[in-house]
Amino acid sequence: MTSSTSPGKLARVLRVWPVVAWLLIWQGLSMYIGHEVLLVSPVTVARRLAQLVGEAVFWSSVFFSLRRIAFGFLLAAVTGVLFAALAARFRRIEEFLAPVVVLFKSTPVASFTILALIWVSSRNLSVLVSYLMVMPIVYTNVLNGIKSANPKLLEMADVFGIPAGRRIAYIYVSQVLPFFQSACLVGLGLCWKAGIAAEVIGIPGGSIGEKLYMAKVYLATPDLFAWTLTIICVSVVFERLFMLLVRLLITRLERL
Amino acid sequence: MAVELFEICKAYGANIVLDNFSCRIEEGAVTCIMGPSGRGKTTLLRIMLGLEQPDSGRVTGMSGRRKSAVFQEDRLCDNLSAASNIRLVCRKGMRNEEIEAAMSAVGLASDCLNQTVRSMSGGQRRRVVILRALMADYDVLVMDEPFKELDVEAKEKAILHTREHSLGKTVVFVTHDESECDILGGRLIRLE
Repeated sequence: MTSSTSPGKLARVLRVWPVVAWLLIWQGLSMYIGHEVLLVSPVTVARRLAQLVGEAVFWSSVFFSLRRIAFGFLLAAVTGVLFAALAARFRRIEEFLAPVVVLFKSTPVASFTILALIWVSSRNLSVLVSYLMVMPIVYTNVLNGIKSANPKLLEMADVFGIPAGRRIAYIYVSQVLPFFQSACLVGLGLCWKAGIAAEVIGIPGGSIGEKLYMAKVYLATPDLFAWTLTIICVSVVFERLFMLLVRLLITRLERL
Repeated sequence: MAVELFEICKAYGANIVLDNFSCRIEEGAVTCIMGPSGRGKTTLLRIMLGLEQPDSGRVTGMSGRRKSAVFQEDRLCDNLSAASNIRLVCRKGMRNEEIEAAMSAVGLASDCLNQTVRSMSGGQRRRVVILRALMADYDVLVMDEPFKELDVEAKEKAILHTREHSLGKTVVFVTHDESECDILGGRLIRLE
């Protein structure tokens, strides 16, 4: 299984005191430099974020990006599982998909994004980019999970003549879910990073990426930090909700 | 229809485990196979179940028949509950009450029903394995040291439950304990 250092996972090991310590160091450095464009203070960022939260355009930007990145992620999760199941069953499909997966994994986000701009409108760019980032991870992990299914359990299923449907639901799914869970944890962190990066390059109107780009153009450092903080918060909330759903699914399966 | 094994030979490299072994497993009766370790008892059961092919010889009376088994290892889906593991091999619509009653007969508390098997003790898991085999729809039941890891009381309950629920069925089981064979009322075959 792929190891993960997604924001949500990091958030679970964070203690309050180091966060406070780093905020104080940041505040001190900002006061020492004395130039908000070079290093904005945490107080200014908090103030700016509080202003933004009160504006309708803030929420419309958040939902614009969230909708697209989440859709790209979910599409990748579904098709990744589907492709992995097909590849596990048919060796030719695994061979056929192998070069594509290697290509997706090794191509830089920027190359994908610029190429994708030729094919799709910039509005839906983050859907495609987050899909391309997450699908290979889900595919590879789930395929490994299927391949490592306990052969003794499969032998048991043969003896009892367990039908394919039950075999998938009880034996494969329960053994593959931890692999899927791990892939999702990694993918959730990646899809936000790649999705927002794509928006910064494509600058679709009304997206978080556009706001970041504008902050760069106008040297609005408080805006840049406030939007970055927003991205972290939204991605953590999305990750928590999605992983909660996966855990509920696992619990449901265990009690089938 | 009786299950017959004719002149079965099986070797793993230079190690000959079965050499021209023949026997007849009577229909609707219990047959117990005993013998020292390494004499091919498990291999024999695996050949009967079709999980391994003999080097020579043949098995008749098994094809097209519904099989059930207790393997030497538990072979349970660790992250599923006891009830799910049993339901996996049962007919559709098996009620929780039926499973709970069977569990109680072998000394498993009702709260084991929804407990994941990975959190169970070795003895509890073994009883789930036995129940799974007995509650499946089967014509031939093959058991490889089914009562190992059970304490005296649990073993007695499990053997009595097995005898009650395999009446009239073809049962083949491997054991090192002749008293198990006596209680189940089986014919004994010794692999020397």
